[in-house]
Amino acid sequence: MEFLHTIRQPWPWYVAGPLIGLTVPTLLLIGNKSFGISSSLRHICAACLPANISFFHYDWKKEAWNLFFVAGVLLGGFVATRFLANPDSISIAPRTVVALQALGIQDFSGLMPADLFALSNLFTLKGLFFSVIGGLMVGFGTRWAGGCTSGHAIMGLSNLQWPSLVATICFMVGGFVMTHLLLPFIFAWIN
Amino acid sequence: MNQSLPLKPRSSTVLGSLHEAPGAKTKPETGLANLKYLIVGLLFGVVFVKAEIISWFRIQEMFRLDSFHMYGVIGSAVVVGLLSVQFIKRFGIKTMTGEPVHIAPKKFHQGQIYGGLIFGLGWAITGACPGPLFAQIGSGYGLVAVTLLSAIGGTWLYGYFREKLPQ
Repeated sequence: MEFLHTIRQPWPWYVAGPLIGLTVPTLLLIGNKSFGISSSLRHICAACLPANISFFHYDWKKEAWNLFFVAGVLLGGFVATRFLANPDSISIAPRTVVALQALGIQDFSGLMPADLFALSNLFTLKGLFFSVIGGLMVGFGTRWAGGCTSGHAIMGLSNLQWPSLVATICFMVGGFVMTHLLLPFIFAWIN
Repeated sequence: MNQSLPLKPRSSTVLGSLHEAPGAKTKPETGLANLKYLIVGLLFGVVFVKAEIISWFRIQEMFRLDSFHMYGVIGSAVVVGLLSVQFIKRFGIKTMTGEPVHIAPKKFHQGQIYGGLIFGLGWAITGACPGPLFAQIGSGYGLVAVTLLSAIGGTWLYGYFREKLPQ
């Protein structure tokens, strides 16, 4: 039970990071697959709604491994939350808490702020912005960039690809701009 | 496990810009063989949740430079990935089925800048890259299913406008 208690605590970066890094050689060696997640979104488009867009006309079934992988990620999220959940609230850096309180966030108990991501927000400005518009930008941006944090920042950098370094820097720049320059206006608008 | 199963031949449609080992004798995999990717994904999803990488708050801490956690996760993942890939290349390690390991190189195009910036803006809003979106849904955050559908829609819109965008 001591073991169960230990793995229920939040895992430190030096445990989680290397485990994520090991996904790269694992996928290469079990099936010659390059680690990447955002491609799954393209395969879903190709499978469900290819229309007459040439970008979605390919044999997506040959890339089905990627869909199995993300289905596994979803199941893993369920297993970890259902059976291995940390009994305590998440502990967030005090400076971030103060900054977010100033923006109107009140609930700091879960992994996601209930103020923004409760299902009841679906038909509000918050839901529109934090899930619909945010999701559109994630899907559009990752495909245009040809990868996300996994495909570029982890797989690409592991293979010493300089275009992936450019992409990773742009991901970070975009995140800093949104957090520091745009979010204050957006919160003022939706609150 | 896939070796004991009868291998069905598949059609050999060329897959646009996606990477497939050209010339490598890639054996087609049966549906059951794909289960191993489900298991790797499952373990990966557990790490995502347990290291709180799926947390919107952790992403905010990262972009506010208030915590080292996410930098440590991504940094150490890159170091371990880099060492593994260099080891595989240096010693010519083969895959489980004996194929040479193939990794498609990334070609530079302007999309990595424009698309990268757009994804970064979205990352700070949703608090998730595509991987954590799946883990958040599994963790029971129902609204994220809308985010995922929207991300699929964004990918579709990219495909629709692709020819008009600088590449």
